[in-house]
Amino acid sequence: MKRSTAAIHGWLLLLPAMAILALFTHWPAFATLIDSFFSTPRPRRPQRFVGLENYEVMLSDPVFWQAVSNNLWFAAWTIPASIILAMLMAVLVNDRIFARGFVRMAYFTPTVLPMIAVANIWLFFYTPQYGLLEQILGFFGFPSHNWLGSKDTALAAVTVVAIWKEAGFFMIFYLAALQQIPPHLAEAAALEGASRWTYFRRVQFPLLMPTTLFVLINAVINAFRMVDHLFVLTRGGPDNATTLLLYYIYEVGFSFWDTSYAASLTMVLLAVLAFTALVQYGVLEKRVHYR
Amino acid sequence: MSGAASYGPYEPRGSGRVLESVAAWMLAILWILPLAYAVWTAFHPAEYSARFDLTAPLTLENFARAWSAAPFARYFLNTVILVALVLVCQLILCTLAAYAFARYEFPGSSIAFALVLAQLMIMPDVLIVENYKTLNKLGLVDSIPAIALPYIASAFGIFLLRQTFKTVPKELDDAARVEGASALQTLLKVYVPLARPVYLAYGLVSVSYHWNNFLWPLIITSSVESRPLTVGLQVFSSTDQGIDWAIICAATLMTSAPLLVGFLLFQRQFVQSFMRAGIR
Repeated sequence: MKRSTAAIHGWLLLLPAMAILALFTHWPAFATLIDSFFSTPRPRRPQRFVGLENYEVMLSDPVFWQAVSNNLWFAAWTIPASIILAMLMAVLVNDRIFARGFVRMAYFTPTVLPMIAVANIWLFFYTPQYGLLEQILGFFGFPSHNWLGSKDTALAAVTVVAIWKEAGFFMIFYLAALQQIPPHLAEAAALEGASRWTYFRRVQFPLLMPTTLFVLINAVINAFRMVDHLFVLTRGGPDNATTLLLYYIYEVGFSFWDTSYAASLTMVLLAVLAFTALVQYGVLEKRVHYR
Repeated sequence: MSGAASYGPYEPRGSGRVLESVAAWMLAILWILPLAYAVWTAFHPAEYSARFDLTAPLTLENFARAWSAAPFARYFLNTVILVALVLVCQLILCTLAAYAFARYEFPGSSIAFALVLAQLMIMPDVLIVENYKTLNKLGLVDSIPAIALPYIASAFGIFLLRQTFKTVPKELDDAARVEGASALQTLLKVYVPLARPVYLAYGLVSVSYHWNNFLWPLIITSSVESRPLTVGLQVFSSTDQGIDWAIICAATLMTSAPLLVGFLLFQRQFVQSFMRAGIR
């Protein structure tokens, strides 16, 4: 085949996918940037260039800062907690424990369920007086508490749901990685008299590093895009205590219809994701590859 | 995973095994508890919602009432159409693009590939505001294709298939060409059959993702005719139900049932698909 024919064929094969990507990924990302410098068009006031005004509004918007700090808190808990739990689960079900099939299924099941359905179940679980959590705590003599309704515990309550949903998903990647560790490494470590903990810390854990990187990147992305459960559990409340960035974008864009301000908020989210990508490809990818 | 293999030196035996099993079970019970609670509530009369009594009568009443209280049949149909539409389009677009990246050399291919990979980070989930505007201009708001469109060119699918196609021996490709097969025939007769497990893995991941997707369908749909199950469930449980937990739990289980049953039946394939899909 001639080079030019190959080029034409190649581009023709690529065309449908590229067109859709351009229309629904590249263009909207670019349009977000442009719109963030304009005012929101209203029936009587057409859109006009406002420079950095949206960003100035953002910097003095207490709800924005609240959303950022909530999101950082949410990320700071969900990421390490789901990774550590996933690793623990994988180590447990990698060993020959009793009823391993059931245990593995129990860990993984939350992953297959829709987040919105899961949130309904947890809403019931957290319900004051009725809910299972309240009943268990009540049994041990703790006073009743409105977990989702009070500012102090609402964010923690929605964070727990996210960890519960994610840990089993990450577990399977660790499980796959653990099963690929050659058995002779364990034998060699045992000959050296290494304890189980030493074996984990010095052999298993380092060999799991590429998996941890992969899981970490996913956990970071999820921490900034997982908001479905908020629609059921708290609607961002009470008093914005559980508003995460993407949820706030949704509110501004589709409840207040301030699309330009929503665009500036989206830019912040895009910056976070771009930064994550840079870290992944620039720094980490070079350091943790064993395969 | 093999049961017959000998014990590794660090695998717990005897009392250690019992101890570790108990720890694993406790975590498993903790993990399954909210779900088990919902199952209990859904299958018992409302007065047992928060009362545990092993003699409580079992009932399917809650499911019947939930089913008739909202157009769930329509929501199911919408979700099935949506999931099928997304999957078919994804398979076609991703296969073509992956073939181009795997087997063609053309100017701009590496830039194009980078542009594709950008979607792994900037997924349609976060571009809701601008995508709504676009679909509004196209006059597609509140339709099932509108839910599907932003997702049908999947960077993840393209990447996965490209990796697979690259492992197909070039000789097979050449042989097919010598026989007189066109590029598309070669793709369909040689590459696609060899990549069948990857298609299965990708299909399972895609179906469960779009069955469960919520935020974008919530934004882009506004009528019963286009709403998928997830949005229908949210509308159902947040409005007129008051707090009849038995019915809400029944509706919740109902909407998740197909995936849950599928998962329980094909556990191994599911887990392996997610695994295969995740390891790049």
